[in-house]
Amino acid sequence: MFFILTFMGLFFHFGRYAVFMSRVLRRPEKHKVFFKQLFIEMDLLGIGSVGIVFIISFFIGAVITLQTAYNLDMPLIPTYAVPVATRDSMLLEFSSTLVCLILAGKVGSHIASGIGTMRVTEQIDALDVMGINSANYLVLPKVLGLMLTAPFLTVISMGVGIFGGWIAGAATGAVTSADYLQGILYAFVPYYIFYSVVKTIIFAFILTSIAGYYGYHTSGGSLEVGHSSTKAVVMSCIYILIFDLILTQLLLP
Amino acid sequence: MIEARNIFKSFEGKEVLKDVSAIFHKGKTNLIIGQSGSGKTVFLKTLVGLFEPSLGEIFYDSRNFTAMKNADKIKLRQEIGMVFQGGALFDSHTVEENVRFPLDLFTSMSNEEKLDRTNFCLKRVNLVNVNHLFPSEISGGMKKRVAIARAIALNPKYLFCDEPNSGLDPKTSIVIDELIQEITQEFDMTTIVNTHDMNSVMGIGEYIIFIYQGHKYWEGTSQDIFTCDNKELNDFIFASKMFQKMVRG
Ligand SMILES: Nc1ncnc2c1ncn2[C@@H]1O[C@H](COP(=O)(O)OP(=O)(O)O)[C@@H](O)[C@H]1O
Ligand SMILES: [Mg+2]
Repeated sequence: MFFILTFMGLFFHFGRYAVFMSRVLRRPEKHKVFFKQLFIEMDLLGIGSVGIVFIISFFIGAVITLQTAYNLDMPLIPTYAVPVATRDSMLLEFSSTLVCLILAGKVGSHIASGIGTMRVTEQIDALDVMGINSANYLVLPKVLGLMLTAPFLTVISMGVGIFGGWIAGAATGAVTSADYLQGILYAFVPYYIFYSVVKTIIFAFILTSIAGYYGYHTSGGSLEVGHSSTKAVVMSCIYILIFDLILTQLLLP
Repeated sequence: MIEARNIFKSFEGKEVLKDVSAIFHKGKTNLIIGQSGSGKTVFLKTLVGLFEPSLGEIFYDSRNFTAMKNADKIKLRQEIGMVFQGGALFDSHTVEENVRFPLDLFTSMSNEEKLDRTNFCLKRVNLVNVNHLFPSEISGGMKKRVAIARAIALNPKYLFCDEPNSGLDPKTSIVIDELIQEITQEFDMTTIVNTHDMNSVMGIGEYIIFIYQGHKYWEGTSQDIFTCDNKELNDFIFASKMFQKMVRG
């Protein structure tokens, strides 16, 4: 019984999400108004997240380096293998997937609660009654805004993470500066950056559209706005991880 | 003139409106009255097309709104102004931006023309020097005025107000009611106001329909309302002891 209900719920949300996205992905009515909104969202969602991406990437890079150095402390393995691990972990997984999971928490909850509040205070009705496609007006600038800025966050995260590892390695003496710099260039695959950026763009679409969907379909009051926001974060994390698996299968040889 | 013909509306099997018909006339302040939960908001939102009626048809000056194509509905909506219960001002926009909003989206006016029109609307609702404040920085009565200013920005033919004086003190309520009535006459609009406030009924009700549990129980003018013999309507009107004393002595 439980499984049947879960399944029906899944179909219900999938259908409603498809209808919702068919309204979101339309040509905006007034280009001037749209571009103004787009720049606001790029600033708010993208540039506004640089700080948290910076801090988290720095520490993740540092921790990976120290943990790898500790685990690889064996005579046969050269020290420059440590920064290779740091670099590839950042490039392959952390700077795309982990950054997007963090964005799902920060940006996703912000979008869902913002749009949810607009729903319960009838601001969305006010847009609709004017004859504006509210789904398009509210959600498209957020979706595109993050899709355009998130790749930069990913690239920043890669740089900062690798830098964090360098500082941590040098400060603790686990990896010398010379070894570290030698290692980060060793067997470097530029394609990994492309792979990560593609993943990030798709994750940005997933998390903004899911957050928009849950916010837009809020009904009730401020309590329900909170629920929508939580659901948006949980569901976007799940879908980001599912798509991480799929995209890795597709994109990595 | 707006006509509703045999409107039914249900949500997931729960019937909220049951066979409501009414004609609302031009240049008049038409009222929909009834207790909380009787279906007033659902009726108003069905009239403007925010809800599809389950059955029945709506006509705007003999144009069948229910049967229209989406593109035509969107055009017609530019002739509609609506004031929502809480004001529904856009929180992230200033007062001026809120009123200018429909102008930005639906006109090709120059910036000066837009500003002129915005200031005209704000002045019409007696608001000056608040252009750059945000909705969170103004009082409840002012929010309602800004909402009215935004609703009339595109010079609508039809004005809808959902409980325009809920949450306001009695004096401000009267000011807002009178403002709605004046604007209706001045711009010769068809205005429909939801209310459960007997002061509004006495003050501005020119044509009134009474909704009870989703049915239309009564219609008439504010002169007839105290002499009708409808039990539910009497219960509603005389819920206030003051009105009992005033009318029945
Ligand atoms: N979107 C909706 N879905 C389901 N039920 C609704 C919805 N909107 C209103 N209702 C129900 O319709 C009834 C009438 O509500 P409403 O029109 O808001 O009353 P009021 O006369 O106070 O404005 C209420 O019982 C409410 O629960
Ligand atoms: Mg209501």
